[in-house]
Amino acid sequence: MFELIGEMLSYPFMTRALFVGTIIALCSSLLGVSLVLKRYSMIGDGLSHVGVGALSVAAATNLAPLAVATPVVVLAAFLLLRISENGKIKGDAAIALISTGALAIGVTVVSMTSGMNTDVYNYLFGSILGMSSEDVTLSAILSVIVLILFILFYNRIFAITFDETFAKATGTNAGRYNMLIALLTALIIVLGMRMMGALLISSLIIFPALTSMRLCKRFKTVIINSAVISVLCMWAGMTLSYVYATPTGASIVLCNIVMFIAYWIAGLVRKALPGVFAGSKNRI
Amino acid sequence: MNLITCTDTAFAYDGNLAVENLNFVVENGDYLCIVGENGAGKSTLIKGLLNLKKPTEGTVRTGDGLVPNEIGYLPQQTEVQKDFPASVYEVVLSGCLNSLGRKPFYTKKEQNRALQNMERLGIGALRNKCYRELSGGQQRRVLLARALCATKKLLLLDEPTAGLDPVATQELYGLIKSLNETTGITIIMVSHDIRAAITYAKHILHLHTTQVFFGTVEQYLHSSAGRRFLGGGPDV
Repeated sequence: MFELIGEMLSYPFMTRALFVGTIIALCSSLLGVSLVLKRYSMIGDGLSHVGVGALSVAAATNLAPLAVATPVVVLAAFLLLRISENGKIKGDAAIALISTGALAIGVTVVSMTSGMNTDVYNYLFGSILGMSSEDVTLSAILSVIVLILFILFYNRIFAITFDETFAKATGTNAGRYNMLIALLTALIIVLGMRMMGALLISSLIIFPALTSMRLCKRFKTVIINSAVISVLCMWAGMTLSYVYATPTGASIVLCNIVMFIAYWIAGLVRKALPGVFAGSKNRI
Repeated sequence: MNLITCTDTAFAYDGNLAVENLNFVVENGDYLCIVGENGAGKSTLIKGLLNLKKPTEGTVRTGDGLVPNEIGYLPQQTEVQKDFPASVYEVVLSGCLNSLGRKPFYTKKEQNRALQNMERLGIGALRNKCYRELSGGQQRRVLLARALCATKKLLLLDEPTAGLDPVATQELYGLIKSLNETTGITIIMVSHDIRAAITYAKHILHLHTTQVFFGTVEQYLHSSAGRRFLGGGPDV
């Protein structure tokens, strides 16, 4: 076991991938709890499709991928919030609209220029080799920003997640915090999608939150538990991917599925046998 | 002194006029019931009183030291809250958010206020329970405790008894009445339940896209609007 870990860490690309992966897993799980509870689960999926569109255009026009994708995805996140808040088009429909639209543009541009090459394939399904040292620096900065903002605004995020109308009525600028959540989500997705793949990145947002909600009964424990689950699944998935040469993103999602099923069964057991967890019931 | 004064106020919803010609006052210590059928403009008026909606005509003035963001609001149950993992204490404490100002975290002062309000509503023992596992009546008490954390003067209740069984409904009405009587807190309640409105309230505001009636319960019982509505006739 230790040999295996030592061997994995001896490759610079693996240490980079582990570092970036851990950070992405941590940040996405924190934001994920709020997104899932606010019924914005698909926002990650939608934004990652926009990301594919943007990356394809960047690849076709020989521009730096992140420099193009980041502003486009952030813009899409703002747009999504605006549309669904105005209530003309419901949130899920707005996401489908924007994500398929962006994907169509990307695919068209790609087929007119370079064709479906490895770059585009990697954007869709992710690649562990894709992490440069700039990505590492960027992720480190981003994670610090996400963590600080999340802790500082924790109480406000709870309030607008639980009851946005009440929060607004008592003077909290809910729109501003929704924007903040959308902005951070967009950044996390752009960073994470090249490793996880655009088709799978939203699982990092949704799975840990839903998993810990099977058992946890307090907002704080849901958040802490999701962060732990998310990081553990990231490590397990990467090891799996390293040992069996499976796609990284898919392996991580598989670990998340296993975790979800385990928590779900534990939740059912607790419901059926209240005595087993009686002592811990009020604590978690 | 009046806490709220509406003068020739009108509110629109999605560009359509929802309710107009509102002229009423809410005094300190009052218990006002807003009644009317679905689509009469009650919810829109609530949004207006909470400053979530600007009047299209006229004014809503607050007075007697009532700060607009210090209104305790008890909203209707949302879809999100049905499976929300949060403890009772976390929910009640979130009502103190408007007194934080720019501070990021709650201090002892806010924590004590949350605990006091939980005791006041008889949910102190539920402190660590999960909100989604409570009964409907208990959930309403939790949200009421949260509303009390946000205000010292005015509670705005939107259909507080919707979905409750008759026993829980009576208990909640009793609780609201006693809050009004013992602490002098002002109550504005939107209700379908006209019988409860005339039993507990001091003033009635009857809406039907315009202001049909405003006055005391006594006057309402003898007004034509009141008689028709209480008689159960379809036309108002």
